[in-house]
Amino acid sequence: MMLRIFLLNPLTALLLALGMFFIICSNVHALELSGNVTAEYRYFFESPVRDNLEKHNLSVAFEPKLYHLFANSRDSISFIPFVRLDQNDPQRTHLDIRELKWQKVGGQWELRIGIDKVFWGVTETVHLVNIINQVDMVENPDEEDLLGQPMINLTLIQNWGNLNLFVLPAFRERTFPGRDGRPGSSVLISNDKAVYESDAKQWHTDFAVRWSKTIGPWDIGISDFYGTSREPRFDSSVFTLDSRGERELIPIYEITNQIGMDIQCTIGGWLLKLEAIHRSGQTDNFFASATGFEYTFENIALSGTDFGVFGEYLYDEREFKTMNRDIAAGVRLSFNDMQSTEVLAALIQDTKYSSRSYYLEASRRLGNSFKLAAEIRGVANVDDRDPLVEFKADQYVQISLGYYF
Amino acid sequence: MKVSKLFFVTLISALSFMAICAAESKLLFAEDKGLTIAREADRRDEGFGDSEEVFTMTLVNEHGSSVKRRMRVRTLERHNDGDWSLSIFDEPADVKGMALLTYSHGIDPDDQWLYMPALKRVKRIASNNKSGAFMGSEFSFEDFSSTNDIRKYTYKYLRNEQFAGMDCFVSEWVPAYEHSGYKRMIVWHDTLEYRVLKIDYYNRGDKFYKTLLLKEYKQFLGKYWRSMRMEMQNHLENRSTILTYDKYRFRLGLTERDFDQNALKRSN
Repeated sequence: MMLRIFLLNPLTALLLALGMFFIICSNVHALELSGNVTAEYRYFFESPVRDNLEKHNLSVAFEPKLYHLFANSRDSISFIPFVRLDQNDPQRTHLDIRELKWQKVGGQWELRIGIDKVFWGVTETVHLVNIINQVDMVENPDEEDLLGQPMINLTLIQNWGNLNLFVLPAFRERTFPGRDGRPGSSVLISNDKAVYESDAKQWHTDFAVRWSKTIGPWDIGISDFYGTSREPRFDSSVFTLDSRGERELIPIYEITNQIGMDIQCTIGGWLLKLEAIHRSGQTDNFFASATGFEYTFENIALSGTDFGVFGEYLYDEREFKTMNRDIAAGVRLSFNDMQSTEVLAALIQDTKYSSRSYYLEASRRLGNSFKLAAEIRGVANVDDRDPLVEFKADQYVQISLGYYF
Repeated sequence: MKVSKLFFVTLISALSFMAICAAESKLLFAEDKGLTIAREADRRDEGFGDSEEVFTMTLVNEHGSSVKRRMRVRTLERHNDGDWSLSIFDEPADVKGMALLTYSHGIDPDDQWLYMPALKRVKRIASNNKSGAFMGSEFSFEDFSSTNDIRKYTYKYLRNEQFAGMDCFVSEWVPAYEHSGYKRMIVWHDTLEYRVLKIDYYNRGDKFYKTLLLKEYKQFLGKYWRSMRMEMQNHLENRSTILTYDKYRFRLGLTERDFDQNALKRSN
C-alpha cells in the first residue's frame, strides 16, 4: 500500500515515510542526520531549439539522510528523501525517495527490504550492466543519478562467492526533461503516457540475481535480470500530441531479459575492465560491451598528485544508440590536497561518423562543509546521421555549490 | 731471516683477515640486531585479535590554518598474511560514509576497495598508491599499512641513544616493497617496551623529508601499547598532520565478515 502511494503520490508517501520513521526512532537517541543542500547554475552555449527555452538555469536540491543502527549492531534503518526545485523545468522539479530501507545482517547473509539503490559495473563512460534502478534522467544525462527502487534483496555470502537475489515488486518510469527543460530539448518525451508490454504495467514483479567473487586480482560479477526494461524503446509512430499540438514520443517499456558480466583485473597501477550484456525481449535482441583500461601514475614527481589515464571501446549492436562504436579516452587528476581537488575529463569519438562528445568534471572542497563543483558537457563535429545530433543544441557548463552536514 | 719474513707475511695476512672479519661481523651484527629489534617489537604486538580506533586528523598547512578529518579504523589481525582493515570516514561531511577496505599482503601489493556512498559504488583501486597522501594529510598510505610482515623492510641497528628521556635503539629501515616513497627510515624504539617513539623519513632522493613523533602511549589489555597522539611534520613543505585518538577498543569479536565488500557497503 505504501508502495502504491509512493509511486502515485510521492509527496504523501514522503510525509508518511517521515512519520513512520520518527515513530520507529522516537525512543531512540542515536539517530544520525547528515546530507547536503546544493545550489546549481547551468549555462547553455547554443541557441535553443524552441523560443520558450532559456540559456540560464538555476536549481537547488536537498538530500538529507537519516540513519539508525540498533543496539544489536545487526539491524539498521535508513531514509534518504530527495527534492529538487528547478527554475525553468517543472519536470526537473521533483521529489524522490532514494532510500527507505530496513537492513539485517546475519553471519552468512544480509537482507534489505524497502527502497534502495544498487550499482553494478566497472567502466567509466557507460554503465551497461547496472540495471536494478531506473535512471533519474532529469538530474543529469550521465545516467549516474538513480531513482529509488522498491526491493527485497537477500545476499548469501559463501566461500564460492556472494549471491545477490532480488525481488522487485514495482517499476519506476524514467524521468525526462519537460518542454521547458534542457538538456534533451530536441525531442519531446511524454512523462505520463508510457505504455507497457505487460498488462501489470508498473506492477510487474521483476527478478534479478548476481553472483560475484574476488579471485586474486580479479573481481568478477555475472548477473541476470528478468522484468520491465529500465531503458524505454521509442518508435517514431508512437507519440501523443501535447496541448500545443506538438509531438511527444511515448516511452515503451517491454519485458526483457538481460544477462550481464562485469570483470576487473587490478595489477599494480593497471585496471583492466570489461562489461558485456545481452538483452532479449519482444523487439530488443542485442549485444553490447565496453572494454577498457585505466592506468594511474601515482604521486607524479613526488607532488602528491595521482594522474590516471583511461581508454574504453564501446560497442552496441543497436544503430540508434549514441555510443555504439566509439572510442573513449580520458584523464583523471587527484591532487590529494587538503581540499580533495579532483578533475576528470573524457572524449568519446564515434568511429563511424566524425562525431565526438566530451565532458569535464572538477570538484574541490571549500573549508570543511562546502563543495564546489564544475561540469561541462558537449559535442563536436556532429554528423546529422548520428543520434548524438539531439544533444547539439544543449551543450552546457554547470557550476554547483553544496553545503554538507 | 727467511723464517721471520714468512712469519711477517703470515702475521700481516692473519691480521688483515681478522680486520675484514671484524668489519663483516660488525655489519652482520648490525643487521642481525636491527632485525632482532623489529622482530621483538612485532612479537610484543601479536595476539591483539581485533581492534577499533576512533581518531581526529588535524591538517595544518604552511600558513598555519588547519582543517579536521574524523575517521574510524577497524583492524583484524591475520597470522599468515598482512592484517585486514576497514577505514570509515565521518568528517568532512562530503565524504561521510566513504570507506576503504584493505587486505594487506606485507611485501606484496595490498588489495584495496573504495566505497563511494553517493553512487553506492565499490571500486577496486590500483595497488601502487603506497606513497600517495592519505586524505590530503602528511601521512602516506604506506604509513598506515600493516607492518606485521617482517620482510617489508631490511634492518640495520645503528646505535643506542637517549630520546624523550628513554634509552632507545636506533635502526635504519629500508623498504623492500615496491612503490615506496621512501629510500630509508630511521626508527627509534625504547629499549624497555620496544615502542616506536620517532621515525625520520628520507624520500626517494634521500632528502630528509618527514618526522613522525609518537606520544602519549597507553597500555591496553595489560599488554599492547598504543600511541594516542601522533605528529607528522613535513620538513620540505612545512606542513604537519596531528592524529589524536579518542579511543581504542580491543577484541570486539570482529570476524572476516566485518571486512568483506558487503561490510564495506554498510559503512555508515
